[in-house]
Amino acid sequence: MTVLPYEEALAAYDPVLGLEVHVELNTVSKMFCGCSTAFGAEPNTQVCAVCLGLPGSLPVLNAKAVESAIRIGLALNCTIAEWCRFARKNYFYPDMPKNYQISQYDEPIAYDGWTEVVLDEQVYRIGIERAHMEEDTGKSLHVGGLTGRIHGADYSLLDYNRSGVPLIEIVTKPIEGTGAKAPQVARAYVTMLRDLLQALGVSDVRMEQGSLRCDANVSLRPVGTSPFGTRTETKNVNSLRSVERAVRYEITRQAAVLTGSGRVIQETRHWHEDSGITTPGRSKETAEDYRYFPEPDLVPIAPSREWVEELRATLPEPPAAKLNRVSAEWGFTDLEMRDVISAGAVNAIEATVAAGASPQSARKWWLTEIARRANEAGVDLENVGVTPQQVAEIQALVENGTINDKLARQVFEGVIAGEGSPAEVVAARGLAIVSDEGALAAAVDEAINANPDVVDKIKSGKVQAAGALIGSVMKQMRGQADAARVREMILEKIG
Amino acid sequence: MALTAEDVASLARLARIELTDAELEILAPQLDVILESVARVSEVAAQDIPPTSHALPLTNVFREDELRPSLPREQLLAAAPAAEQMRFRVPRILGEEA
Amino acid sequence: MTLRQPEASEIIRQTAVDLAVKIKSRELSAVEVTRAHLDRIDEIDGEIHAFLYVDQERALASASRVDAKITAGEAVGPLAGVPLALKDILTYAGAPTTCGSKILEGWLPPYDATVTRRLLDHDMVILGKTNLDEFAMGSSTENSAFGPTRNPWDTSRIPGGSGGGSSAAVAAYEAPLAIGTDTGGSIRQPAAVTGTVGVKPTYGGSSRYGLVALASSLDQPGPCARTVLDAALLHQIIAGHDPCDSTSIDQPVPDVVRAARSADVSGMKIGVVRELGGEGYAPGVEQRFGEAVELLASLGAEIIEVSCPHFVYALPAYYLILPAECSSNLAKFDAMRYGLRVGDDGVASAEQVMAMTREAGFGAEVKRRIIIGTYALSSGYYEAYYGQAQKVRTLISRDFDNAFSQADVLISPSTPITAFKIGEKVNDPLAMYMNDLCTIPSNLAGNASGSFPVGLAAEDGLPVGLQVMAPPLADDRVYRVGAALEAALESAWGGPLLDRLPELGSVR
Repeated sequence: MTVLPYEEALAAYDPVLGLEVHVELNTVSKMFCGCSTAFGAEPNTQVCAVCLGLPGSLPVLNAKAVESAIRIGLALNCTIAEWCRFARKNYFYPDMPKNYQISQYDEPIAYDGWTEVVLDEQVYRIGIERAHMEEDTGKSLHVGGLTGRIHGADYSLLDYNRSGVPLIEIVTKPIEGTGAKAPQVARAYVTMLRDLLQALGVSDVRMEQGSLRCDANVSLRPVGTSPFGTRTETKNVNSLRSVERAVRYEITRQAAVLTGSGRVIQETRHWHEDSGITTPGRSKETAEDYRYFPEPDLVPIAPSREWVEELRATLPEPPAAKLNRVSAEWGFTDLEMRDVISAGAVNAIEATVAAGASPQSARKWWLTEIARRANEAGVDLENVGVTPQQVAEIQALVENGTINDKLARQVFEGVIAGEGSPAEVVAARGLAIVSDEGALAAAVDEAINANPDVVDKIKSGKVQAAGALIGSVMKQMRGQADAARVREMILEKIG
Repeated sequence: MALTAEDVASLARLARIELTDAELEILAPQLDVILESVARVSEVAAQDIPPTSHALPLTNVFREDELRPSLPREQLLAAAPAAEQMRFRVPRILGEEA
Repeated sequence: MTLRQPEASEIIRQTAVDLAVKIKSRELSAVEVTRAHLDRIDEIDGEIHAFLYVDQERALASASRVDAKITAGEAVGPLAGVPLALKDILTYAGAPTTCGSKILEGWLPPYDATVTRRLLDHDMVILGKTNLDEFAMGSSTENSAFGPTRNPWDTSRIPGGSGGGSSAAVAAYEAPLAIGTDTGGSIRQPAAVTGTVGVKPTYGGSSRYGLVALASSLDQPGPCARTVLDAALLHQIIAGHDPCDSTSIDQPVPDVVRAARSADVSGMKIGVVRELGGEGYAPGVEQRFGEAVELLASLGAEIIEVSCPHFVYALPAYYLILPAECSSNLAKFDAMRYGLRVGDDGVASAEQVMAMTREAGFGAEVKRRIIIGTYALSSGYYEAYYGQAQKVRTLISRDFDNAFSQADVLISPSTPITAFKIGEKVNDPLAMYMNDLCTIPSNLAGNASGSFPVGLAAEDGLPVGLQVMAPPLADDRVYRVGAALEAALESAWGGPLLDRLPELGSVR
């Protein structure tokens, strides 16, 4: 696949983005029936006549799903419809038991909103076209092919546990003016949305579990022109990293096509995290005709303005206001805050601070140790395997002298490996700093005796030379000593 | 109006019905006649008339977000044409998930 | 073999009301009553073919349990122990539900329809499932994949449709009661051509949960019986709000039983719908209808004429709305999770298997309507077809509103002609659709309507029905008028119309 180098692409073309995010709501029961929505159950154990679409079954709308939809709409500054309906989206696919999806078509429950995304101290205002309610599909396992993907499979196995889980689809208006920052803006938008949904408490927002899904639409137009270019839609973007990488890749790929005097094909593409490319989905001769019509088995929804205002009062702080507040509370510099935002670590730091750590220490751990591991593993921060509470615990252990920063890294390793809580890892691996003065003294004596020339240097005034002795003691103690105390003891002994 | 056999064939594809050529020959003129008759609805001047989607003006029918029993898996899979690994087994799917 | 008319003293000749009383007083046992009906089914259903499935063991077990409850002095429902037949489009766990289609042949639903549940909870005995036009599409039961049902009045003729099995079963004394479903007349038209009573409740009056959907905005389950009071009692049992059906009405069931018992139309304003008569209507139908109108006048009702000018568009609007909704409702029959699967040889794709299965599993009328519906909803055509039809529907509702501002009920013949010969219209879809001319407007507007026998047509001796339509939630008015007619006519006839049910084999 030919791609143009990124800078070259951006010199000639102006990217326009459209992001569609599907959010699985964390309601107890499904959108139209009382089956459980719990993740990870045995296949087909959370299915009934309604979500399996058995002949004669009828949907009944989950009130909590409507409430969550309205709150999401309000948090995105949308107008909440005074009257709206569901519609049937008709197409055949084995993961969709009725062969139509109950969704909303031209009457979404929320529309015409906006939100702000902060990136590198710049604020991008992103228009929200709509947020609407729909039901999720079942999951297919493709058997017999090479990759477990659909191409080349011999047959498929269907699990309908997920069928009927409530979804909210949030669609942005075209996002223009991001220029070379398009990939990062896309990522920042999804990150901000995730944090917002988390603050609203409406979803688990775990991209790796599929409760937050993003489809990225990308098109290019020659710099300085206005009509939109042909867009592609990229699916299978399963992490925040992927959002950024997929957008970036599509820009370079489309730029290569256009520069080669080709035309971008309007199609759905599939993102491959391992190879870092998109490949075309099966091309269709004509666009699918979904034959939308209002869902006759459900009645219209007319949220009263009183109810909407009641829900508005339950909204959390808007993202921009929150950033200002925490920035002031935490006392970070602009640069520090910027890094925190880029890393998508705001919520993580907030939770770590809430668990007792200082803002600076929280920032340190999330942006150094944990971010490093995230990059190595190719995952988002929250999927590294350590929680904000655990980070706070580790920091507390450092502050009370049980361990030091260097040992803390081993504790992180242990926690991530699933060895237990920070305290358990310290105990199991024997990482605690030795506070037994006797043992320390013995080690100090040994080091002094083994390095007479260094001792002489110290005696002659070169106190810095103590460093070598400290190092020796630390090695002896396998790092489990308070370096400052060791230095103290050495100097005491030498005099 | 003239609904041709080709038109009918492409509608049938959309509706996932594999009609035989013989059926297409019979169906096309039958459907054409029916469509001509139902097209009479266009004689009515109805620009400002709102469409009905429900005979009764009900709104806001909800249920509480509570669990209800699911159906026993064995019973569901027993009715399936094919099942494997506790799932419904279907032939290989050509199209992409939408 | 002749269709033996049961003696007046026989169990199967009794009304549901009388059976209920006798079962409760233990003059008869529920088991005896069930057995008598099973025997009747054995005797004649080979010829009539009203039943697709007879649930013999369970029916007798049910009956036995009712007897035990009564013996133990426990409270039982008002029609406890009375047997009935269920149109094979309502789910009943443990019995096959075919919807008259090959695509669901042998399907055992894992759940009961709400209507089914209510019948069972009220201690009624379900004898089995009755024949219907495939997926309730038709006016003659000839579209059943399992062979037609025959009209007990003349077995060379259709019993109406789509619910021909239910009305034939009732007319032939195989069951005193049956449940049908009505989307465009599928309870009322069969009632008319078999000389029985059939009522379509206000839309939302009975639950559609477990009713395999044809046209979601039109379908309604309803009672089929030989008498108005029997139908009213059954109506009372099955109707009422259901939280499993979002379109069901959350209000008390209108007092249909009281209305049926009162049978008093004095002071009622009855509107004859001008547009539902005239050309295309059999002379015998118009004659009996006219006489019934006069009879109502003599009973103290004020007869006026009303005009519903948009009713001429009801048939075209219906045959756009129904196919559109059914094309979507029937998409679920795709061979993936239940039902027929054809062509799965390990090579064919899911898409191919779906298409081959639906080709093999659906009959011609179903295919016609799915294709029309797909067309009516497709992009570029939606506004002109489905969109426009829904607007016409509003105009029809307004015609009704206007007519109901002048009259308490509206009446018309239930169907333009009497029972036609099997095979006569099966290849002429449009001619077949015309049977629904009178019944369709009520479905489009969602109001209450019923058909009541008013005599036999002079030219062919076949039953004629009169349709009564009432505003939404005024179902009781339908029964009031029906009961008045029944009382007066039976008095004039010296007995019910069905007493004249001829012997089998008479050819007309």
